[in-house]
Amino acid sequence: MDDIPYAAFLGVTAVDGDPTLLSLPYADSVIGRPGFLHGGAIGGFLEVASIVALRHALGIESDARIKPINLTVDFMRGGRDKPTFARGIVTRLGTRVANVDASAWQDDPTRPIAAARMNYLIERA
Amino acid sequence: MALPDPSSFVPEDFVGMMEGHHGGHLGIEYRAHGSDWAELALPYREDLIGDLSRGVLASGPILALMDSATSFAVRMKVGVARPHATLDLRIDYVRPATPGRTVIGRGECYRVTRAISFVRGVAHDGDPADPIANVAGTFMFTDL
Repeated sequence: MDDIPYAAFLGVTAVDGDPTLLSLPYADSVIGRPGFLHGGAIGGFLEVASIVALRHALGIESDARIKPINLTVDFMRGGRDKPTFARGIVTRLGTRVANVDASAWQDDPTRPIAAARMNYLIERA
Repeated sequence: MALPDPSSFVPEDFVGMMEGHHGGHLGIEYRAHGSDWAELALPYREDLIGDLSRGVLASGPILALMDSATSFAVRMKVGVARPHATLDLRIDYVRPATPGRTVIGRGECYRVTRAISFVRGVAHDGDPADPIANVAGTFMFTDL
């Protein structure tokens, strides 16, 4: 994630011992309407989680280039004044395209605040 | 996004709207608005890069720009500030943003019902006919 300045801008950190679990502290920089996380920040966090999951699936030695094709985010609950977690799950890794699901939650992984589906183009060297 | 009262919007209000807001931290600026649309700008910044080797902006800031521009378009269409939350947003990344260029996001609200508003939008970096991204989404009013 060190090569993604935007992840540092959001304040995303990796959770120790789990290669695809990420955490996002609640801060001024990610607030939308007062008291709630901004939808764009949640969506951006889900995108970072997807890329981390996809890189993990590809293997760190891979020099494949990942390009986002599209993203659909559903916002289920307001993000409140507490840490948020996210994880991406690669549902299919093909030779040219990868499909990734990602979900974000605060207290309980079974009660997501948002979920996203993403398609990526993979360009292998 | 946080919307100001009173109901009559003037561009100067936008500065206040962005204060202590994700959009303000991204550097999002007001550009223009009409009766059912709004245009915002996201100047290029190195700390918003998603791919360091190419210097291309991450997709997240563009998503946030379009979320804000379409939300702003709802506020214009409704005519008054009403609290609402994004229900869903779909974005197609047509091509990478050109490094160094400001991204312009234009949101349009084409339909408002009692509870839901329907939006679409385009992001480009200078030429509206050569878009970076297309979006479609819905917002839900939270004051019902």
